[in-house]
Amino acid sequence: MTTPRAEDLADARTQSPPAEAVAVGGGGRGGRFAALGQGLQQLLAFGTLIALMIIFFIASPKFLTITNISSILLSTAVIGILAVGTTFVIITGGIDLSLGTAMTLCSVVVGLLLSNAGLPLPVGILGGLAMGALIGFINGFNVAILGLPPFIATLSMMLVCQGLALVLSGVKPIYFTGVEGFSKIALGEIIPRIPNAVLILFALALVAGIILRKTILGRMTYAIGSNEEATRLSGINTRRWVLAIYTLAGVATGIAGIVLAARLNSAQPQLGVGYELQAIAAVIIGGTSLLGGRGSILGTIIGALIMSVLINGLRILAIQTEWQTVVVGLVVLVAVFADNLRKRRAEGGGRH
Amino acid sequence: MSQLLRVEGISKEFPGVKALDGVNFELDRGEVLALVGENGAGKSTLMKILSGIYTPDAGQIFVEGDEVDVTDPKVAQRLGISIIHQEMNLMPHLTVAQNIYIGREPRTGPWVREGELNRRTKALLGDLGIHLRPTQGVGELTVASQQMVEIAKALSFEHTKILIMDEPTSAISIQETQVLFRLIRSLRDRGVGIVYISHRMEELRQIANRVTVLRDGQYVGTRSMNDVRDDEIIAMMVGREVSAAYASRPEVSGDDGEVVLAVRGLTTKSLLQDVSFELRRGEILGFAGLMGAGRTETARAIIGADPMTAGTVVVNGREIKISGPSVAVRHGIGYLPEDRKRHGLMLEQDVAFNVAMASLKSNRAPLGFLRDGRARRISENFIKSLRIKTPSSRTTVKTLSGGNQQKVVIAKWLARDCDVLIFDEPTRGIDVGAKEEIYRLLNSLAESGKAVIMISSELPEVLRLSHRIVVMSQGRVTGTLSADEADQESIMKLATQNIEEVAA
Repeated sequence: MTTPRAEDLADARTQSPPAEAVAVGGGGRGGRFAALGQGLQQLLAFGTLIALMIIFFIASPKFLTITNISSILLSTAVIGILAVGTTFVIITGGIDLSLGTAMTLCSVVVGLLLSNAGLPLPVGILGGLAMGALIGFINGFNVAILGLPPFIATLSMMLVCQGLALVLSGVKPIYFTGVEGFSKIALGEIIPRIPNAVLILFALALVAGIILRKTILGRMTYAIGSNEEATRLSGINTRRWVLAIYTLAGVATGIAGIVLAARLNSAQPQLGVGYELQAIAAVIIGGTSLLGGRGSILGTIIGALIMSVLINGLRILAIQTEWQTVVVGLVVLVAVFADNLRKRRAEGGGRH
Repeated sequence: MSQLLRVEGISKEFPGVKALDGVNFELDRGEVLALVGENGAGKSTLMKILSGIYTPDAGQIFVEGDEVDVTDPKVAQRLGISIIHQEMNLMPHLTVAQNIYIGREPRTGPWVREGELNRRTKALLGDLGIHLRPTQGVGELTVASQQMVEIAKALSFEHTKILIMDEPTSAISIQETQVLFRLIRSLRDRGVGIVYISHRMEELRQIANRVTVLRDGQYVGTRSMNDVRDDEIIAMMVGREVSAAYASRPEVSGDDGEVVLAVRGLTTKSLLQDVSFELRRGEILGFAGLMGAGRTETARAIIGADPMTAGTVVVNGREIKISGPSVAVRHGIGYLPEDRKRHGLMLEQDVAFNVAMASLKSNRAPLGFLRDGRARRISENFIKSLRIKTPSSRTTVKTLSGGNQQKVVIAKWLARDCDVLIFDEPTRGIDVGAKEEIYRLLNSLAESGKAVIMISSELPEVLRLSHRIVVMSQGRVTGTLSADEADQESIMKLATQNIEEVAA
C-alpha cells in the first residue's frame, strides 16, 4: 500500500473529481440503517396521517369535504407556524416553552399599535414581528451567552410574556374591528378556497425547509444539536449561531401572533398557554429528536396535520373535547416510542 | 492447569455482515489470555456473546467442561463470568460500597444496613489489596480508581472465576496501569482466568500468558507470549507484514524552519504554570508526560477553548489574542481532540457533514447558502486519499471504526488547510494497522510544511515520530529534548519530576 502524500491531500481540496462512489466492504450496514430509519420515521408519520384520514372518512363522509379540509388546514396554521419555528430550536437540542405566551404578547403589541394607537397596518405587522424577534433574542441570550438551561430560561420567559400581555392589554381583549383589512391576513383568500393563514404556513415551511437543508444556518442547527462542543472546537462561534436560531424562531412566533390575531380579529391576552406544548408535540410526532441533531420541517408539518386531523375527526365523531386531549397525549407517547424503537434497532445492529 | 472456559465454533451474523465465523479459544484457570485484533475483528461481539448480551447463531460454550447456554447477563453472572466494559457503569453520586453492592445491599426489612455494607466492602477491598475507602463518592475518584471499583464489584459476586477486561488501560496513566497489573497478577495467582483485550503490545508482554488473535471475525490463532514476537502478532492481526514498512520520522527540517507558533508564559487558573515553547514549520513536536501533566490543557488554552490567565501566543511572528476556538481556526490553528467522540465528531451525522465542519466558510454561496455538492466532493476526495473505509460519504460516522473516525477528524482539518495542527492522542483506541497509516499521515503533513504538535501517552510513538519532545509534569514544562537525546528513560525522568512526594 502506498503512503498518502501531502500533495494528494492538498489536491483533494481543489480537484473536481469523478463523482463515482468508492465501493468499500464492511461497516456500512449501520449507516444504511440509520438513513433508512430517518426516512422511515417520516414515512411512518405520513402513513399515520393518511390512515387517520381514511378512518375518519369511513366513519363520516363529512370529513373529506372541501369545507372541512379547509377548516382543518386553517386550524393547523397557528400551531404549524409555531412548530416550524421551534423545530430549529429543538434540533439544536434546546426547547422553547415561551412560544405560546410570547405569541400572545406579540398579538397584544399588534393590537396596541393598530387599534389603540391607530398606526398603519405595516407598522403593526412589523411591530409584532419585532416583538417576536426581541423575545427570541432574549431567550437566545439567556441560553447562549448566560448559559442558562433552555428549559429554565424559556419557562421564565413564558411567565414574563404572560404577565406582560395581561398588563399591556389591561386584561381585556383588543378588537381590530376598526382596522381595515387586518383579518384578511388570515382569512382572506388570495387563492380561492384556501385561507391566507394556510398560505402563510406553507410559505414559511418552504422557506424554513430550505434554510434548514441548504444554508450554513441550517447546517449549524444540526451541528450544534449533534455535538455542541465538537462544533465549537471546529472553530465555529456556536453562541452567535444559537442566538441567531432563537431569534429566528422568535420571528416565527411573531408571525403566529399576527395570524392568530387576524383569525380572531382580536388579541386575546388570556389565550396562549398550552400552544407551546401542542407545537412541541407536533415537532416530536414529526420525528424530530428532543435530544437534538435530527429532524425536518416536512416532518413537523406532517406532525401538525396529524394533530389537527385527529382533533377535527374526533370532533366530527362527536367525541368530547376532554377526550380529544387524552388522545393527542397518547399519540405523542406513541411517536416518541416509535422513535426510540427505531434508534434502538439502529444501534443494536452495530458491531462495536 | 485446568480448563476454565472453552469456546468452539462460535458464529454470529448481523444483517449483511458475518461478525464472527467459527471462533475458538480456551482459557485456563489462573491465566491471562490476551485477545487482540483490529477494530471490527469481532472482539466486542465475542465478549457480548460470553456475557449473554447476544446469542450466537452457532457454536458451543463450555465452562469447566460443561456445555452452557448463556442466554442473558444474569446467567453469565451465575456461571461466574464478569465483564469490565470500556465505558464505566458506575453511579458517580453513590459511594464505593453502594456501587459495589447495588441491588444486593444487606438489609433489615426495607432499611439498608449501611454499616454492614461498608464493613463488607472494606473486607472485600482489603482482600484485593485495593486502597479505597468504602464511603468515598465514586464521582471524586480518578478513572483508574473507578476501574478498581469495577473490578472489586465483579469479584464481589462469590463465584466469579472468569474476568473479561475490555481495554482497561485506555484511559489511565502509566503508574496506574502498574497498580492495575499488580491486581491482575494477584487475581491470576488465586486461580481467576482473565481475558484481557488491548491494543498495546508492551502491555501484553507484561501481563499475558497467551495471546489469541482474531481477524475479520475469524479465529487466526493462539500463541504463547514467550515464543511469539510483536511483529508476528501484528502480522496475524492485519494479515500482512507491517514491520518492514514502519514509518519513521522524516529528515529533520533543521533549526532553520521558521517559527510558526510561539507560546510564552502560558498560565491557567487551575493547572498550567509558565508554559513556553516554539513550533517550527515542517516539524513534529511531541508532547510527553503523565496523565494530568497538563498537555491537553496546554492545547486547549492555546486554541482558546479554556481561558488563560497569563501568557502570549505568537502566530507567524504576530502576537494574537485568542478568545475562542473560532479565532484560533481563523489564524490557522486546528485542534484534534483526545476524545474524538465527545469533542471531535458529530456521530449521528454523515462523513461529508463532519468533514465540512471546519471549512464551511469556503463552501459558502451568497445568501448564506451552502455549496453542499462541493463539500461532498471534497469529502469524497479525502475518503480516497486518506483511505477512509466507508461505503460512502453519506454513511453515519457512528458506524465507522475508531481508526476511520479519526481519519474523518483529520480530513476535517485538512479541508480547512491549517498551518498548525495539534493532535491530541491521535492513535488512542485505534488498531495497529490504522496506527501506521496515521503515523505516515503525520509525517507527510510535516514534510509538506505544516507544523504538527503531537500529544501522546505512548512513548514509543512519541519517540518514533517527534523531531523534538516537550516533556511536562504538573502543569509545567520540565524539559525539551531533541530526537537524538530522547529515550524512554530521559523522558520518564522529566515526566516524573516534582511528583515523587505526591505519588508516595
